[in-house]
Amino acid sequence: MNQFMVRVLVVLTVILGVNYIAWRWLESLNWAAWWIAVPLVVAETYSLIDVSLFGLTVWRIRKRSPGPVPTDATVDVFITTYNEPAEMVLATALAAKAITHPHSTWILDDGARSQIRDLAHEHGIGYLTRSSEWENRPRHAKAGNLNNALMVTQGEFLLILDADQVPEPQILTNTLGYFSDRRVSLIQTPQYFINVPESDPLGSQAPLFYGPIQQGKDGWNAAFFCGSNALLRREALMQLGLVGYVREVERGIRKALKASRKAIRKARHSTEAKDPLVAGLLDQVQAAMDTARSELKAGASLSDITYRVRGSVNDAVQSLVESDFSALQADLAEISAMNLTDAEGFTVPEPELDDAIGRMSHRDWSPLGALESVQAVLDAISVERDTEAQPIMPLATISVTEDMATSMRMHAMGWRSVYHHEILAYGLAPEDLNTMLTQRLRWAQGTVQVMLRENPLLQKGMRLSQRLMYFATMWSYLAGFAAVIYFAAPIIYLTLGILPVQSISTDFFVRFIPFMVVNQLLFTVAGRGISTWRGQQYSLALFPTWITACTTAARNVWFGRPLNFAVTPKERQTGGPSWSLIRPQLIVMGLLLFALVVGSLRLIAGLNEPIGTAVNVAWVSFDLVILSVLITAVRYKGFTPQERTGTDAVQHRA
Amino acid sequence: MQFSTEHKTDYTEVAGNGRLNMVAAPKLREVVQEAVSAGYKRIVVNLAETSFMDSSGLGALIGCLKLARQAGGDLRIACVQPQVLMVLELTSMNRVLTPHPTAEEAFSHD
Repeated sequence: MNQFMVRVLVVLTVILGVNYIAWRWLESLNWAAWWIAVPLVVAETYSLIDVSLFGLTVWRIRKRSPGPVPTDATVDVFITTYNEPAEMVLATALAAKAITHPHSTWILDDGARSQIRDLAHEHGIGYLTRSSEWENRPRHAKAGNLNNALMVTQGEFLLILDADQVPEPQILTNTLGYFSDRRVSLIQTPQYFINVPESDPLGSQAPLFYGPIQQGKDGWNAAFFCGSNALLRREALMQLGLVGYVREVERGIRKALKASRKAIRKARHSTEAKDPLVAGLLDQVQAAMDTARSELKAGASLSDITYRVRGSVNDAVQSLVESDFSALQADLAEISAMNLTDAEGFTVPEPELDDAIGRMSHRDWSPLGALESVQAVLDAISVERDTEAQPIMPLATISVTEDMATSMRMHAMGWRSVYHHEILAYGLAPEDLNTMLTQRLRWAQGTVQVMLRENPLLQKGMRLSQRLMYFATMWSYLAGFAAVIYFAAPIIYLTLGILPVQSISTDFFVRFIPFMVVNQLLFTVAGRGISTWRGQQYSLALFPTWITACTTAARNVWFGRPLNFAVTPKERQTGGPSWSLIRPQLIVMGLLLFALVVGSLRLIAGLNEPIGTAVNVAWVSFDLVILSVLITAVRYKGFTPQERTGTDAVQHRA
Repeated sequence: MQFSTEHKTDYTEVAGNGRLNMVAAPKLREVVQEAVSAGYKRIVVNLAETSFMDSSGLGALIGCLKLARQAGGDLRIACVQPQVLMVLELTSMNRVLTPHPTAEEAFSHD
């Protein structure tokens, strides 16, 4: 019944939303004030798409229970830690050790702390740190930590736990059954925090996400990995690692071939290339490269391709040397400056190879110089690339949050995922605004990174519905830009009297109000009484965080700038209220209040009309209520256990 | 799974019989590591008796390939069984580790 109601409301929301937005675009825009009219209608369109994607998500809510546990399932339980306090790590590890289903427990200590190592040994818990191969190579944070552990453990399934997530003894018994379906590679369970009062001032619990949203995504076979409290199938992870490895090797070869062709083309313009013998040889090499390129596209063996190109280049060099065409001294110097072989002769770090390839394609070579440089580059790529600690990286390393990218790649390879809606681990949420903001920034950055690097809409192998499920989450992180416009528009009207719409008339109300009403109803019914208000507040109130996430992630992906990545501290940071953390929001609040005053004065002076003023005052009040969550958040002094409402109540809801 | 190592004139043959899975994978890495450290850098892994391989087994082969190449040698595979070939193709790994019909042929074109 509930599901039917949800679907009715989804249909109504979309119909009424399109009705409203179409009218907004076609009939209502105040072109005289296009600079606010257009941004506002774009923001509203953004929100309509957002709610439609939410509607699609909750269209197919799936509630399920696992089959019988495979008796021979071998499991490794991984507890990832970097700098969390030893007592916290130990508490989680001991609870993990006490899990009923047979398993091995491992602490993956990225901080390599001797205290933790000793505690692990004392309690008979496995202890792993990075192998020596990781020295001076990209560490890839948590993904790297897990990838390192995958190479030295053997369990068929892995349970991943953050250092603060204390598992229930039945966590494996209640979930492993889903793996009887051999296509299932991921089982995600909720993340729930025990150190959060009922009012949840920092919006730590995500009952809508670990509820209707993940259940809805599950209905489309798109429930995704959230980094902790999840089980993974080793086979699927390793498969991802292998496919990724082949892709990286191919990418390297393609890049080298492209630069080589360019170098040869430039050499064709040199004076020596007028000689028919030289021209003929260069043609031959070029033809060999064309063949290589099409073979690469056709999916031929990578080693064969490089082997044949090298053969043809070697022959050409031989002939040129025999007929006394010598490379210019300057060319020889440049080739040796490319530094493609060190004393050992076998390791070429990727940045240097990239650099060499870049220099090669920009220089005007003599024919022999060009060929010899090509020779050097081909030799360099044919040996093992040595920039990564491990050739196989099962967990995706393209983002600071490895989880979403990993499950997306699994889905693209045809694996299935499960969302199991039962709280089976209890964690600790940040207890102060600063830590909370750092954490949200990191999640948002990670999500936007994945969107920019591997846009789900363009991923082959996933169904359209799966692509949309991933896209929906990414899309929601663009809310920061919309929020700014939603704050600016009423301020502009109240202070300057400029309306983004032609007039606030019956036309507006009959379209807008029904849409807003069904929209809110949809959230209420789909949320099954879960309070979604905190989430709605934060999705607008944290607009500076979302915008920073988008801009830093874009700079990182497109221009290679660092993200200034920070590990989320699990302990409370000390100190008084830090108002500076929410300076942009305080400024906005000030402007909103100022607008209320000016708006009233303008109304009295007859400069603004009454209906417009009423609508905008209501809008400003709504904005202020949204932002007020931050005042409580800044003043929040951390969790005191008396406030606790008991985890039982929540379990029942789950 | 049992591995045997045999040094031929211009390559070293590592043969394994049984299932090359997540349990056997670390063992293979050890065997190849040993050969490479002893100076045998041209390795052929003979898979005639390997009836099954999973992604962890394949991952171990890549790890071994890296070891051999870092030492200036190479690692090749021969006598691949149908199931193993399927795994190779599924992950496109056959583009990096080209299966050779026999161990003798693996290095014969160099």
